[in-house]
Amino acid sequence: MAAPSGPRPERLSVLLPTYNERDNLPLVVWLLVRTFRDSGIDFEIIIIDDGSPDGTQEIAEQLEKIYGSDKILLRPRPRKLGLGTAYIHGMKHATGNFIVIMDADLSHHVSLYFMDCGKQKEGNFDIVSGTRYKGNGGVYGWDLRRKLISRGANFLTQVLLRPGASDLTGSFRLYRKEVLQKLMEKCVSKGYVFQMEMIVRARQLGYTIGEVPISFVDRVYGESKLGGNEIVSFLKGLLTLFATT
Amino acid sequence: MTKLGQWLCGLALLGSAWAVLALAPPELQPPAPLRQALLPLPVYLLVAFGCYSLATVGYRLATFNDCEEAAAELQEHIRAARADLRRRGLRL
Repeated sequence: MAAPSGPRPERLSVLLPTYNERDNLPLVVWLLVRTFRDSGIDFEIIIIDDGSPDGTQEIAEQLEKIYGSDKILLRPRPRKLGLGTAYIHGMKHATGNFIVIMDADLSHHVSLYFMDCGKQKEGNFDIVSGTRYKGNGGVYGWDLRRKLISRGANFLTQVLLRPGASDLTGSFRLYRKEVLQKLMEKCVSKGYVFQMEMIVRARQLGYTIGEVPISFVDRVYGESKLGGNEIVSFLKGLLTLFATT
Repeated sequence: MTKLGQWLCGLALLGSAWAVLALAPPELQPPAPLRQALLPLPVYLLVAFGCYSLATVGYRLATFNDCEEAAAELQEHIRAARADLRRRGLRL
């Protein structure tokens, strides 16, 4: 793939899959809009709500009226259909040449360096991945148990998969649109493992990955779960990736 | 080759090298001191790896950054956001 010569106009499409994010969604959108307007980047925010019973879609409609339907695109779905398909659905309507995926629950501290493609331009990367484990990246609101599980799981992942990226389960990423489309075709897992598979497949396909330290501020509203079930399904997914990639 | 495949190949290679040297018939055995070190080697390596893992995870756990500033900044942003959104007509 030939690298673009000279600066090209960038348009960022932010994909926000939501489920019961009535409280967080307006705040995330406000932060994104402010960040982009301050830096002069062309953007659009695509909200993919999976039929949230708490009225998230209604809030999204108000946001569309406030910011305009060229900036806030609503592409809802009737019920919870999964993250992977939400990205595919969102991408169909994305007109940007870069896609940002992030969580809509304010856990991903909107970082300008990330959003203005600073890192991406530095190395002309195909993917920029936010990492909680390097530089001044980190977390807030996690107890020792949660941190231990996180570091332990990451260590296991590094040993088994040698992925070349420090944070595989993070989901704050910037992709070139073509790259994300290609990866979505190839990835089959669900949940945490889906995010991991994207990076592993990206490396296999020879895409370049840059990393930016990010702050993960655990849920301001709503609860964050990491129980036995999640751990078991993570391990199953990790072993599957180990055996198939 | 899959990662599992790589591991199996690596283990097979090292395993057979070890077996050849450590379990050789009496005429072809390497000198005694070498044999003494060789026989328990797999266990030593496993234990060493276990210690390395514990030390690494422990270190990383201890140096896991707590983003106090980011959290505080976020709270400020939330206040500003709610005020501004209310002004613009959002009914929360």
